[in-house]
Parts: sequence; C-alpha cells; structure tokens
Amino acid sequence: MMTDFFFKLRKASLPVTLTEFLTLLEALSQRVTAHSVEEFYYLARATLVKDERHYDRFDQVFGSHFKGLETLFDEMIGATVPLEWLRRLAELTLSEDDKQLIEALGGWEKLMETFAQRMAEQEGRHQGGNKWIGTAGTSPFGAYGYNPEGIRIGQDSSRHRRAVKVWDRREFRNLDDTIELGTRNIKVALRRLRRFAREGAAQELDLDDTIRSTARNAGYLDLRMVPERHNAVKVLLFLDAGGSMDDHVRVCEELFSAARSEFKHLEYFYFHNMIYEGLWKDNRRRYTEKTETMTVLNTFGHDYKLILVGDATMSPYEITYPGGSVEHFNPEAGDVWMHRLLAAWPHAIWLNPQPQNRWSYIPSIQMIRELMGDRMYPLTLEGLEQGIRALQRAR
Amino acid sequence: MSESRFRGTDRYVATDDLMMAVNAAVTLGRPLLVKGEPGTGKTQLAEEVALALNRPFIQWHIKSTTKAQQGLYEYDAVSRLRDSQLGDARVHDIGNYIVKGKLWEAFTHDVQPVVLIDEIDKADIEFPNDLLLELDRMEFHVYETQQTIRARHRPVIIITSNNEKELPDAFLRRCFFHYIRFPDKETMERIVRVHYPDLKKRLLSEALEAFFEIREVPGLKKRPSTSELLDWIKLLLAEDIPPEALRGDQHKLIPPLYGALLKNEQDVHLFERLLFMSRRKRD
Repeated sequence: MMTDFFFKLRKASLPVTLTEFLTLLEALSQRVTAHSVEEFYYLARATLVKDERHYDRFDQVFGSHFKGLETLFDEMIGATVPLEWLRRLAELTLSEDDKQLIEALGGWEKLMETFAQRMAEQEGRHQGGNKWIGTAGTSPFGAYGYNPEGIRIGQDSSRHRRAVKVWDRREFRNLDDTIELGTRNIKVALRRLRRFAREGAAQELDLDDTIRSTARNAGYLDLRMVPERHNAVKVLLFLDAGGSMDDHVRVCEELFSAARSEFKHLEYFYFHNMIYEGLWKDNRRRYTEKTETMTVLNTFGHDYKLILVGDATMSPYEITYPGGSVEHFNPEAGDVWMHRLLAAWPHAIWLNPQPQNRWSYIPSIQMIRELMGDRMYPLTLEGLEQGIRALQRAR
Repeated sequence: MSESRFRGTDRYVATDDLMMAVNAAVTLGRPLLVKGEPGTGKTQLAEEVALALNRPFIQWHIKSTTKAQQGLYEYDAVSRLRDSQLGDARVHDIGNYIVKGKLWEAFTHDVQPVVLIDEIDKADIEFPNDLLLELDRMEFHVYETQQTIRARHRPVIIITSNNEKELPDAFLRRCFFHYIRFPDKETMERIVRVHYPDLKKRLLSEALEAFFEIREVPGLKKRPSTSELLDWIKLLLAEDIPPEALRGDQHKLIPPLYGALLKNEQDVHLFERLLFMSRRKRD
C-alpha cells in the first residue's frame, strides 16, 4: 500500500526520494502518529513534500490513493457516525421554512438518500477538478446551505468523517505551478559569469602577505589588508516588454530578479519587440521617460556584457524597414540599431522564451538570429548555460 | 515520548498539521524547515517549542555574511598571533583560540536543546549545502585540534525561511517541511484571544473584519499578516478606539491607525483610491 503510494507520487512528478520515504516509514514505526488518517496525512506531507507549491499535487494523489481507506482508520478506533446524528445536526441549522421545503421534496429519508448518493458521486467527480455540492444552484443541497462544508459534519466529535477531507479541500491550489526555471537555478547559471576582482577599501586580512611582512618585520605583527573580492562583471539587460511577451512574464521576472541579486553592475532597459532609438527604464512611464539608445550606447563601456531577452516574434518589417515599428515612426530600421549595439558590446546574447522547436517557423526569429550571429538561446536552464558560456568566450 | 509532545502553548496557537510536523521532527531528531508569509510566527515557533518541551533554547540568526563554519567553530588566528607577539603562555594550546559556534554549543548540551536557525535564505546560496553532513549526522570535525564533536542528544533544529532563495534539494531531503498557511478567520480569532484575552467581542470582530478586508485588496505590495494585526489591536486598545470607528463608513476613509497594517505608501495610496471609488459608487 505504501510503496504504491510512493510510486504514484513520483508518477505525479513530485520530487520524492527514497530517503524521504524511508523517513516516513521510520516515523510510522516510531509511532509519531496516533491512528488517524488525518495525522498520517500531515506526517506524510511534512516528510515527503518540501515545497508549498507541491502541496496541491500531493493532496490530489493522497486523495485518490487513500480514498475509501479512511474507514480503515476509523475501525481502528471504533468510531462511527450514525445517520441519526447527522440528521439532528442538519435540523439544528435549518429554519422552519426550509424544513417545509424539504418535506415537499419527499421528506427526510429521501433527501438523506440522495444526499449520500450525491456525496459518493461528487467525490468521484471531484478528482476531475469539479466543485462540491452546490454548483449551479440546482442541487437541493446547495439551495439550503446544505453544503457539507457549511455544516461541517462531525468536525469536533469525529474528525475522520469530515465531509470535505483536508486533502480534498485543496487549499494549496494557488501555490502550485510547474515552472521549470527556479530562481535558484537561474542564479547558479548566472554565477558562471562571475569575474572576481579586488576593488575599493581594504577591509580583508591578507593572511599570506601578513605572514610575509611579519617575518620581514623581525616577527613583529604587520597586518596587511586587501579589498574584498567582488563580482566585477558588468551586465546590460534589455528586456522586451511588448504584448507578445505577456506569456513569458513569469520567467522573465525570475531571470530579472536572479540577475539583480547576482550582479552588482547590472543595468536594464525595456524595449518593445525591437530596439530602436529609444529605450525606457520604467514600463509605466515609457512614453514620458525615454532614454536615447545613442546615450545608452555612449554611456556603457565595451566591457559590459549584453543580454537581450525577447521573443523576437514580430513582422519582418519591424526589423528591416524604417517606419516599420508597430507603435511609432522609426527613422532608422531595427537592424541598423542591432548592428550598432553589437558593435558597442561584442559580448552579446539573445535569450528567447519561445520554445526552440518553433523558431524555424517564425521568419523574424530567423532574422534576429542571423543578426546576432547565431547567438540566440532558449530561455531555459540549458539555454541560459549555453548563452553564458558564449558570453564568456573571447570574441 | 508522550510527555514531550508539542501541542502549542498558552501564547501560541498551533494548528494540527504544524503540531504533527514538530512532533515528527522532535521524535526522529531531524531538522524542521518552516516557511510561510512574513509575520505568521515562524521564528516564534522555535521559542514556543523550547518553552513547551522545557528545553534550552539556542538561536542562530543568519545574515547575508554568515558562513556555515561560524555555526560550528571559528579559529581566532589573529588573537593567537597577537598573543605570540606578547609572549602569552596561552599561545601553546591551540584550543584556546577555537571559538565555539551555536551548533557546537547545541551538540554538547546535557539535555536535548531546541536550535533555531533563523532566516536561512538570507545567507549565501551555498550555505545550506555546507551544513548537510552536520545536520544529517549531527557531528563535525575540528581540523585544528583533530577532534570530532558528536551530538550527545540530537537537537531539535527548527529552520525558518522566507523564500528569498530556493534551497537545494539535498538539503530539503534531510528536513521535515511545513508551510505555515495564513490563518483563517477562526484560527485568527483564537490567536488574538490568546494575546488579548480581555478584548471586547465586538471590537475583535470589527477589527478582524477590517483586517481581512484589507488583505483582500488586490495588488497590495505587502499584505498585513498576523503580527501586524496584533500590533494594530494593541494600538487600538492603547488609543481606546470604539468598535464603531472601525467600520468603513462614509466619513472615515481608512481604518484608524492603519500605519500598523499597511507598511508601504503605495499600498496606502492604493487602498485610499479603492475606498474612494467604492464610495463614489455608493453615492
């Protein structure tokens, strides 16, 4: 039973490892839990899931695997909930009018029967992601506030028959996402770009030099300090903020936040689809606070490394013709500006969030690729690593 | 082990899943990693666990410059060098210059202590990797004196993280994990009751209403959390504000003393704008 569960988790692409599974078994044999399925659920979650984004997927697997097995736990402590009790609770919460309506629908017995039936049905369908009792307003249960969540059947007396089980509530749905590039991974990739240099105030003890000069000083201590090592690489980041980039906002944000904390000398600008005579720093004030691309070209030295991020998906006119831009009249064509950029910063790459297998179908991507001298890489971890390596190569 | 089970304290409301995670970590002697929104009592948890289980409490607060080695020990080469210049006799024993770190302290305690490693994500990205073996085997080697420090009792280690950096898988594999969810209204009521037992019921419900409403405002940069709510209620009590003043009526734009809840002037502006718009709709 447990091994099956483990493999189901792995199948649902949860990163569970054998070590963690053994920990869970160890915890069970040490009797960390009492005999309750809920405690077991909490224990399994704390042991096997290490990221709140995976909670939802775990809940789903747990729900499907242990469905029906709760009764097993109940038998162990001998607790069952009589139907009578359930009815009394419902009566407590319903008004007189409601009760009359229930009578009209065929009385209590009938209602309870349908209720049980619907419960079973809905539990099955719930796996597919549908809602509980109470959708669309056609169900009598919804109409009378008969939603199991509302009554909280048996919450205090017997927690094991709780109508909506903890894992079936799927409270962590919002946290789930399947992003491939975590910030950590990006940072590790960006780290390759580091180039250490010592600049600034001397604050660190230079042990070797201290020993050497102390010896020369006839054994009297002569402390020698050096400046701390800093990452001296300089990075210029140009991000496409155009409409077609909306699908890739998340990954770009991650890249940006990772780059920002990793590089001390990071300058960033936004552009729309293609680079023309103006760039901007704040996307909200793009029309009022434009920076001349010429100024940018003249400000940052050749030692900056240029990273362009964009999907390069546009009309070919936007690249080759003056006036081809979608949002303003550009006196000079996009490729002219591209050539200028590449002349100013020979270390340059283009990162493209579009999946690589789609590149060949989009003419503009091909054109940009040619302009970049084939230095376009997909915005995935692998692509990023390749790109960083290309940046390091001397040109 | 029944007497050493953690069930929350009279100052700290623990949910079922949190209790389970803590108890599993205590029983198996493995670290517990706690994540969650800022202000949901992550740091306080360790303190309360120590209190509830009646164990000594050791805190190790992590900064961006903290190195893993500092938690084990540091060799103070500079004072040894100075002592040698002055001809101090202490200089012959290198052990005099080994400064014990927090983990060393924890490993050599007579009773099982509770160790808090606070905000591990603040440290360098390699920090957790450097502690893998130490947290797994609960021992480390002191190179200078050639001795191995082994934990006499595996300490209860509680690690908090604010998710600023992701932690490596190898590290996560060795921990129990718990994500402190933002409390729902009922739990929140219990939490406030624990802190302010004499609070009038009406003030409490009005305050909670206003608080959850603010949390619901879309686009807030920093949503107020439990600790901010507690601060706010403290202020409300100190200023003796009547419950009626908390209701968002047409004269009052923003709940009184909102500074305790909204910590960012953009958020305050946003909130004001939204209130202004909703008021116009009503008019």
